[in-house]
Amino acid sequence: MRPFAFTLGLCTASLLAVAAHAETLTIATVNNGDMIRMQKLAGEFTKANPDIQLNWVTLEENVLRQRVTTDIANKGGQFDVLTIGTYEVPIWAKNDWLVPLDNLGADYDVDDLIPAIRNGLSSDGKLYAAPFYGESSFIMYRKDLAEKAGVTLPEAPTWDQVADAARKMTDRANGINGICLRGKAGWGENMAFLTATANAFGARWFDENWKPQFDQPEWKKTLQSYVDLMKEAGPEGASSNGFNENLALFQQGKCGMWIDATVAASFVTNPADSTVADKVGFALAPDTGLGKRGNWLWAWSLAIPAGSQKVESAEKFISWATSKAYGELVASKEGWANVPPGTRQSLYANADYQKAAPFAKMTIDSINAADPTKPTVKPVPYTGVQFVAIPEFQGLGTTVGQLFSAALAGQMSVDDALAQAQTAATSTMTEGGYIQ
Amino acid sequence: MARTVTNRQKAVTTVVVWIIALLIFFPILYTIITSFKSETEAIQGFNLIPSGTLESYAEVEAQRGYFRFFLNSVIISVGSTLLALVVAVPAAWSMAFSPTRRTKDVLMWMLSTKMMPAVAVLVPLYLIFARLGLLDNRVAITVMLTLINLPIVVWMLYTYFREIPGEILEASRMDGASLWNEIVYVLTPMAVPGIASTMLLNIILAWNEAFWTIQLTTTNAAPLTVFISSFSSPQGLFWAKLSAASTLAIAPILIMGWFSQRQLVRGLTFGAVK
Repeated sequence: MRPFAFTLGLCTASLLAVAAHAETLTIATVNNGDMIRMQKLAGEFTKANPDIQLNWVTLEENVLRQRVTTDIANKGGQFDVLTIGTYEVPIWAKNDWLVPLDNLGADYDVDDLIPAIRNGLSSDGKLYAAPFYGESSFIMYRKDLAEKAGVTLPEAPTWDQVADAARKMTDRANGINGICLRGKAGWGENMAFLTATANAFGARWFDENWKPQFDQPEWKKTLQSYVDLMKEAGPEGASSNGFNENLALFQQGKCGMWIDATVAASFVTNPADSTVADKVGFALAPDTGLGKRGNWLWAWSLAIPAGSQKVESAEKFISWATSKAYGELVASKEGWANVPPGTRQSLYANADYQKAAPFAKMTIDSINAADPTKPTVKPVPYTGVQFVAIPEFQGLGTTVGQLFSAALAGQMSVDDALAQAQTAATSTMTEGGYIQ
Repeated sequence: MARTVTNRQKAVTTVVVWIIALLIFFPILYTIITSFKSETEAIQGFNLIPSGTLESYAEVEAQRGYFRFFLNSVIISVGSTLLALVVAVPAAWSMAFSPTRRTKDVLMWMLSTKMMPAVAVLVPLYLIFARLGLLDNRVAITVMLTLINLPIVVWMLYTYFREIPGEILEASRMDGASLWNEIVYVLTPMAVPGIASTMLLNIILAWNEAFWTIQLTTTNAAPLTVFISSFSSPQGLFWAKLSAASTLAIAPILIMGWFSQRQLVRGLTFGAVK
């Protein structure tokens, strides 16, 4: 009995010792499929690192953004790892709110990160967040409806070709809308789509001196084309539709085309959820011949706030979650199609992944076509493709989004919406000290 | 002269009241129905007949674990209510039975603090919590919710106490009751319906409070509001899971409200008829 009691005591003491030394990382994250999968697989990380425990805080995207901003700005020190996007990284890095990720380990292979994504997460040449999954936007279209309408959509179409195809595919008597686009107001909703589309039309938010540009003909052309097309070929009540609403419409076979995040490809081709899973084709976001396509760039990424006292452990975790090995772990447990996309070049060179994800090539081409450092045809003083990486953009983008959404709903004219957007932007930029 | 109400008028009134009640309850009912649908069903438009699947409940429980959040909700809402009563009963007694010229002003001032948007004091309060190491702390968030709901508790109790004849308290004093005995043995038993309804209402308010609980807690002290918030997603299907999480979060308070509706109604109408 004695040896047994001794062994039991030793085991308990060891466990207590480990628990006493264990460091708990608090990770703030969003609720999406890839993040939930990471939480499920995190046991592999804690098994390999018994001295680190993980505490997850999952919040809705906007709540998370606000919560984390409050904490980091007030040095609350509540979080050790943050899930943030390409919008926050350059701004927060400039504010010294993030720890540069210099120690992700010798085998991390930082050069394997997709250059466009890496650039979006860097400031002054230093990486401040490691991408967990990345996305661009592209066209998802119904091959059967295109064929029925007698249109062929090239791999890299122009806006005119897209508009023409949308009008021809529209069959309202049978509930088919030629095109479904975001209309719900918000800087991350309709303004993500419209800002990226405006880049293709040669428009820009600000000139080199931060003067708002909504009074320029490029913006008029962008907004007028969008409103006209949606009136003729869009769904009813489009001004309330965001990503999820359009996803539902497309999956139910009610859209001929949908231009949105590349991450949607796996949803619309999943036969469990989509009634049109085997009829979907992909094409790059349209251009107007000016050298820029209307596709955006986004990456949900993991970063360490400057207030964290557990930087070393946080680096270990980030290195694990964004490594090539993590992709292989996901593939071995849940198949290659479920590996987080859009972060590493090696994934797109992998034959197994290409086989499992028929949209892989178009996704990487779309990501590569976006350049957050040179997003527009004319020069601009800001970075960001579908956003302007300044703190004022969240508020201003949503205000302008509300005006454009009202124009889509027919509550105001395109001219009025643009005039009011110009006034709002001028006021914000003057108050912010950008315009002297 | 008493007004006569015909059976027809009674029937019409009953139908109208039922329609209004159903309209008010419908969003909650539809949330409960949606929680028994699959994600695909949930987005396929309006449908009152669910397939009856429990997959959303299973997933919600597997992803986050309900009980920890539930326990925090109970601790925070019941704790803040009891704490508020400890402060509010003597305060309301004093205002109701020993009013001064400024009592009404004090009451109005207390109520005016409820008129300020919470976000206006987010940064100073967050800084205080952070500096004192009170973030994600059950006791701290309980005290916070006590202070937030205190004006309403004081106001409600003040209204109830005003309905109690002062002569009864005077009589107890003449019989030699101390202040403590007067409040505990004379006033409180007479105000039980009012105190009970104030308690129930405060528990409901604290249970549903989302702004401060989401801002000031992360994991250890996170209540069900944080649990619900974690199921919303900008990309992907989540309506059924969000509905299941909401149903789980509101179920305890709905059940409590159902069983205590008599006290609630009695308390809320206390003093309404002179």
